[in-house]
Amino acid sequence: MSAMKVFTDPIIKNNPIAVQVLGICSTLAVTTKMEVTLVMAVSVMTVTALSNLFLSMMRKLMPSSIRLIIEMTVVATLVIIADQIIKAYMFEISKQLSVFMGLIITNCIIMGRAEAYAISNPPFRSFLDGLGNGAGYGLVLIIIASIREIIGSGKLFGITLLPAVNSGGWYQPNGLFLLAPSAFFLIGILIWIARLTVVRAED
Amino acid sequence: MEAYISLFIKSIFIENMALSFFLGMCTFIAVSKKVETAFGLGVAVVVVQAITVPANNLLYRFVLKEGALAWAGFPDLDLGFIGLVTYIGLIAAIVQILEMALDKYVPSLYSALGIFLPLITVNCAILGGSLFMVQRDYSFGESVVFGLGSGIGWALAIVTMAGIRDRLKYADTPRGLGGMGITFITAGIMAIAFMLFSGIKL
Repeated sequence: MSAMKVFTDPIIKNNPIAVQVLGICSTLAVTTKMEVTLVMAVSVMTVTALSNLFLSMMRKLMPSSIRLIIEMTVVATLVIIADQIIKAYMFEISKQLSVFMGLIITNCIIMGRAEAYAISNPPFRSFLDGLGNGAGYGLVLIIIASIREIIGSGKLFGITLLPAVNSGGWYQPNGLFLLAPSAFFLIGILIWIARLTVVRAED
Repeated sequence: MEAYISLFIKSIFIENMALSFFLGMCTFIAVSKKVETAFGLGVAVVVVQAITVPANNLLYRFVLKEGALAWAGFPDLDLGFIGLVTYIGLIAAIVQILEMALDKYVPSLYSALGIFLPLITVNCAILGGSLFMVQRDYSFGESVVFGLGSGIGWALAIVTMAGIRDRLKYADTPRGLGGMGITFITAGIMAIAFMLFSGIKL
């Protein structure tokens, strides 16, 4: 597989959320506002790429019995760095992300890619694989967040697109789209579309 | 006492870990195909959650919190920033010890729960429970109740889900929707059902 394909494959064809069904928790929880979603997507992408890079560099030194603990430590350290940067420069957004920033540690995409790819591949390719999977995750996040924010509050990135009734406009916001259930429905439908068009998954 | 009971009910139903905070979704979807396995995993989550949340609470209040190290002679130290790595480390260690202890002393329980324990380290419901405990600044008593309640809530959700999916096998779903897709939509309907509890004031 060419290096380019390692990067592009997970974005659409082997998308971590729609096809591999990894990393669902945060997908559902942080997608009510586009701004927050974007920060989350970039953080996950960076952490996945860097953790893949470092773990792949260490892959010949790690005894397999304590592999998981080492992986956890590397990922947790990267997440702490990301968390501190966001707290320092984007305090408002870090408040809205609440515990979900810390929960990147247990995001299955990161551990899944480390176990499935970084452990047995050279550093540069692992880095690209992490970047690609992060991008695939970010893409799904952004699709879901844009649907939820536009229908739920008539805004995108906090800018009013559909003027809401209570501020003198005509659009009646559908509050359900800001609540938990809508995220489940949207991701279910997205997986359905993905399975009908891009991928032929066996069920 | 009343406060504890209301926190207990709240953490099971109103703030259900799986259905209103989406925590532990990967395992929730992956292991809910059969009721027996879902029940086994649910019990394992309750046990681990009830141990790790109070343990992390002690760690937070006596080591990491700002000024918590006053007993060791460092009143100005704030180690909050290394919280994430210590919580996950403690969780991984507790899960490992639990696994070894069960293997040695209660082999029958080990054969039932053993395969689920490693999965639990990376279950976000467990780490999420500890992070919520830190964010809401629970006391030790509250953290015990919250750990137990949120574990039971998660177990309840996954067992119900497994029961529904058992029946779904016979449903004639449109092409491509079967499996993952319909499971998410079912979870969405369950989340609506659980939202009914949010009107309850305790």
